[in-house]
Amino acid sequence: MAEINPVLLKELRQRFRNKKASWLLALYLVVIGAFVLGFTYLNWRNAPGFYQPSRSQEIFILLSVAQLFLLAFVTPGLTAGAISGERERQTLNVLLTTRLTTWQIIWSKLVSSNAFVVLLVAATLPLYSIVFLYGGISPGQVAGVFGFYLVTMFLFGCIGVACSAFFRKTGVSTVTAYGLTFALSAGTALLSVFLIELDRSYRAGASAASSLPLPPDFITGVAQFLQETNPIFVLMEILGTNSILNDFNFGLPYWGVYTVLYLAAGALLLFWSARLLFPRKNN
Amino acid sequence: MIEFNGVSKNFGATRALEQFSLTVRQGLVYGLIGPNGAGKTTAMSILATLQLPGAGTVTVDGRDVVREAGEVRGRIGYMPDFFGVYDDLRAAEYLEFFAAAYHIPAGQRSHLAAGLLELVDLPDKAGVYVDSLSRGMKQRLALARCLVHDPKVLILDEPASGLDPRARAEMKEIIRHLKQMDKTVLISSHILPELAEICDEVAIMDKGKLVACGTVAEITAVSRGARQMRIEVLDRAEELAAYLATRPGISDSHADGPSVQFIFSGEQAEQAGLLQAIITAGWPVAEFGEVKRNLEEAFMAVTGEEAANDGGN
Ligand SMILES: Nc1ncnc2c1ncn2[C@@H]1O[C@H](COP(=O)(O)OP(=O)(O)O)[C@@H](O)[C@H]1O
Ligand SMILES: [Mg+2]
Repeated sequence: MAEINPVLLKELRQRFRNKKASWLLALYLVVIGAFVLGFTYLNWRNAPGFYQPSRSQEIFILLSVAQLFLLAFVTPGLTAGAISGERERQTLNVLLTTRLTTWQIIWSKLVSSNAFVVLLVAATLPLYSIVFLYGGISPGQVAGVFGFYLVTMFLFGCIGVACSAFFRKTGVSTVTAYGLTFALSAGTALLSVFLIELDRSYRAGASAASSLPLPPDFITGVAQFLQETNPIFVLMEILGTNSILNDFNFGLPYWGVYTVLYLAAGALLLFWSARLLFPRKNN
Repeated sequence: MIEFNGVSKNFGATRALEQFSLTVRQGLVYGLIGPNGAGKTTAMSILATLQLPGAGTVTVDGRDVVREAGEVRGRIGYMPDFFGVYDDLRAAEYLEFFAAAYHIPAGQRSHLAAGLLELVDLPDKAGVYVDSLSRGMKQRLALARCLVHDPKVLILDEPASGLDPRARAEMKEIIRHLKQMDKTVLISSHILPELAEICDEVAIMDKGKLVACGTVAEITAVSRGARQMRIEVLDRAEELAAYLATRPGISDSHADGPSVQFIFSGEQAEQAGLLQAIITAGWPVAEFGEVKRNLEEAFMAVTGEEAANDGGN
């Protein structure tokens, strides 16, 4: 039987032994639970006695989006100190002189942090059961949302690990990881909205816009692509809100584009991080 | 067992190592001595496969540290000058983790960890969290960690620095034990008397270069070109110190109570001539002789000359 990677075992042991882990879990559940229960309560107060499937749909959307925001907040924070933390604590050099490969070190760091994030998400499952109770949501949708979380946290985690391998200081690494996560989540959304507006004014034939150097199809294509790589748009689409443009066929459904792109980008970041740990000629 | 061959390493304009060559034979405890910034840590981390040499080659047991880094890692145990331990991990778990990192089968690890804790005199600390150990204990635990894969070579960068005298004595005891286990040990220090006792041979380095190497006795002899002399007179010691300062081949002459100490470079005949001159000049000489120097003073003399030569260029 293949043995569990020693770094992974050690990381999991350290992480789950630490009191901070249980506090973070409790806090996570309190925040998201308060959110959902509060919303349900308001619902009940406005229309006591009966529930509509459309209302439970709303709660489902709220819960899922809130969870995405929490993931974007927690995952980079957990991984952004993975390597820089070892450097700062002066434990990295010793690790690098063992027979462990840099790839094993990087991969274990990611998996152990993400295992904890998976635990956080799994712990919110009972809240989803409240939504189920009211009906209006298919199990397939819930599975889609959780698959989406896994893909998303993979890339967010890889961003954190890569920052921690690149920057010496955990502080700088954390800020950069949050910055990149924000750019990915909000930046692509804003840019796509901007492009759609640009396209609209172009199509309206406004004279100022008619000097645009790019064909309008290209602009909407880019806008659609940006939306398909944006976690908020993709999540809303999974939740059935039809928010993504549907003018182009990239050869894959929107979630296919998202999944392939995120997994590939994450894998590249991990390879790069592993390379950063090789001994270098200078410095 | 360890071989540096014309190794150079620059950090920007800083030349950390310059044409550094050194051979350490199997089974020796070898001391690397030099002031801060001499390049000891750089040499050791190249040996430990953590940095690449800018030029030259380094081998351990015939394996090249660049091309066969994996092979080298299996043969060395490296203890850096500064290192940390992990939070939330017990001493035995710490050792078992590193045993796993060296691919030691799971079934052997706990037995191995217990044996190593015994060896470094921490048998009752197996269940204690490593970050709560004292500095001396951490140092010994780190030494145990270096031994998990039974390496042939140990690279210990300033293992005694920051330890109290008692912890140092314990560290020395363990290093003697390692020698009995037939390990080759490369150990660095800027504090010399320490190494004189436990090392079979020493190399003195300064500004990235090898200045001298050999047994402790040889090193002390090499530096004989400049000798520390002491004259005891019945009176007028201050005057004698001033007089000596005017003579050729004498430096750092100063009175110390009834005696005068100075550094003399010259042959036996010149030494005889000097004594004659002092007596002729009328000083009542009670004693005249060379101060037996320990390694530390020999080191000062050797690196001092090096510095003086550099200044002249
Ligand atoms: N990573 C580094 N970056 C820049 N300069 C360095 C680095 N490591 C060492 N040096 C320089 O190289 C020289 C040798 O340092 P070092 O090998 O640590 O000496 P020692 O261990 O003998 O005190 C010093 O001048 C030091 O400032
Ligand atoms: Mg040093």
